Amino acid sequence: MKAPLSPERFESQAAEALNDTQLQDALQKATGLFAEKRGAAVDACEEWDSLREHARLIKEHTLLHLDEYLENFAAQAEASGVQVHWARDGEEACRVIEDIARNANATRLVKSKSMTTEEIHLNKALQVAEIDPVETDLGEWIIQLAGETPSHIIAPAIHKSKEQIADLFVEKLAIEPTTEVEELAATARKSLRRHFAEADLGVSGVNFAVAETGSILILENEGNARMTTTLPKIHIALMGVEKVIPRFADLAVFLRLLPRSGTGQKITTYQSILTGNPRPSDEEGPNQIHVVILDNGRTGMLAKAVTRQALNCIRCGACLNVCPVYQQVGGHAYGSVYPGPIGAVITPQLTGIEKTSRLPFASSLCGACRDACPVGIDIPELLLHLRAEIISRQSRLSARIAFRMWAWAMVKPWRYSLSTNLARAFPFLLPVGRWKVNRSFPGLAPNSFRKWWKDSS
Amino acid sequence: MRVSLFVSCLVDQVRPEAGISAVKVLKQAGCDVSFPQGQTCCGQPAFNSGHLPEACRVASSFLEVFADAEVIVVPSGSCAAMISHMPSLFAEGSREKELAEAIARKTHEFSSFLVNNLGVQNLGARFAGRVVWHDACHALRDLHIKSGPRRLLAEVEDLELVNWSASDACCGFGGTFAVKHPDISVAILDSKLKELETLGVDAVASGDAGCLMQIEGRLDRQRSSIQGLHLAEILASR
Ligand code: SF4
Repeated sequence: MKAPLSPERFESQAAEALNDTQLQDALQKATGLFAEKRGAAVDACEEWDSLREHARLIKEHTLLHLDEYLENFAAQAEASGVQVHWARDGEEACRVIEDIARNANATRLVKSKSMTTEEIHLNKALQVAEIDPVETDLGEWIIQLAGETPSHIIAPAIHKSKEQIADLFVEKLAIEPTTEVEELAATARKSLRRHFAEADLGVSGVNFAVAETGSILILENEGNARMTTTLPKIHIALMGVEKVIPRFADLAVFLRLLPRSGTGQKITTYQSILTGNPRPSDEEGPNQIHVVILDNGRTGMLAKAVTRQALNCIRCGACLNVCPVYQQVGGHAYGSVYPGPIGAVITPQLTGIEKTSRLPFASSLCGACRDACPVGIDIPELLLHLRAEIISRQSRLSARIAFRMWAWAMVKPWRYSLSTNLARAFPFLLPVGRWKVNRSFPGLAPNSFRKWWKDSS
Repeated sequence: MRVSLFVSCLVDQVRPEAGISAVKVLKQAGCDVSFPQGQTCCGQPAFNSGHLPEACRVASSFLEVFADAEVIVVPSGSCAAMISHMPSLFAEGSREKELAEAIARKTHEFSSFLVNNLGVQNLGARFAGRVVWHDACHALRDLHIKSGPRRLLAEVEDLELVNWSASDACCGFGGTFAVKHPDISVAILDSKLKELETLGVDAVASGDAGCLMQIEGRLDRQRSSIQGLHLAEILASR
């Protein structure tokens, strides 16, 4: 049995990923394709930069008045018949959902794709409560069958090849071997249809929650979210506090940014706008609608501008696809629910830095994520901010001493010359051991530039 | 124009020829070049590793050394970007913050200084060979340097600038990242270099000595004949 993934083992998990040729193949293909499609969609959108800036401003404004907008949203939703619940953390949110199920004697539950439910480990909690959740997004369903966790925020099974998925279906569903994508999808559809028909309860995420109207919006391509939210008699939507936007009209901005950034689409196949209105029991459609509003560490990020910006995130996944580190190691290496650049900056803030301190260092600071982000999050700035916080709280003494000595040498030219000449005479003093594992190291030049300058003037 | 050169610690110690070439090119372009002797490093290694107090100390000493400079030219995109970030290290309203802001305003990356400040493109250089350009991440994404170096290279006699689809991909260097995560760093580089051997080029050129150390170090380990060259080295060749 493999050890469970953990952000504390980033290095070994990354090493494993680098050695997995099948994973490498799947990753390069998928991230490359996503990034390419996104690039084309963005290039074709003339107003891209102004849309991004507009989105950033809306988010910034909303976050500065978050309490008001959330209350407005809750009031509007309640007025339309929705039952609103507030959850301080994941445990509370799971308990709210379990209680709703228990009160309705519901044991069969379908879910549409939601990273927030992953964040609170809802499936595990439900299983303990003897409720059987079935993922209905194709990727999520594959992951659930395989007993794994998503490795990408919009493409959870991105790490799997078609062949691996076919093998999984043969093993778990006893189908005839095939690698025809159509046949595999048909198998999934058949199996899922039964679950939809039988489910008592549907759990979904939320892409946007409109304060003005109390509506929630869900974007998707498979139609499973629409079924999840309309077939079972109870619908529960889980949203982080940052999902709220002020006005319906603001969607005009976000609906142009999100699909283009995520999959390179101009618009997703389905966009469900749900505004309460539970049906009488004898009519089709849910007769109970619940929205669970989750904090789970988010409001702790509101205080400072640098950390607050992470709450702009609309979970499009663009930063993952363009990240050179993610492209090489994939999502599981991070060992956190949210992988990639955005995962590296929100995980330590949501769960504390104790076990996640390696993540902000898993970046070359190339800035591709910042360029790709549709809501203007300066991820490198945040990475640097978190690095400084981690170093000030838990750096190893040896690292601290090394940087003290380095600074001592760098602030006076004579000390700098002394130490560089020492390193020239004794090259083993240079801390470059691991560089040489896979690259030649030029060593220090026999004569420095400053020596040349002195000699030639 | 009177120009103070900040060569960066890496160029000073590991790749002095890039600094020497930069001096030649700047003189050729009519600048009066000086090298403030007190300079060492801009503090970037500590800044990027989260050791802010040390980054501050080194940045302060940088600011003292360059306080009186008219114009500062840096043959490195990442050091120039670091200098642009320096004000963030100091408290609001402090003398150092003001100084850092003033210095950030008069600091220019080498290629950008030639193209945008001096308005030169042809410096009479001659280099026979097929060359690809590597956009260093900080030059490209922090300083938005993209067309300048390409225009400079296009004017070099006998040089053929070859299109490289991976020219703006990260090389995996990232300063201490390259030592902390050597395997990921090189995996990133290898995926950038995948197509390189098929292009039949003689050299990879860039404006950052760090990226060049990474790229050359790998090419050398793979016994490739492709070499790494700093932009200044090409512009200074005859
Ligand atoms: S940080 Fe930006 S690019 Fe990354 S998932 Fe969030 S919105 Fe998308």
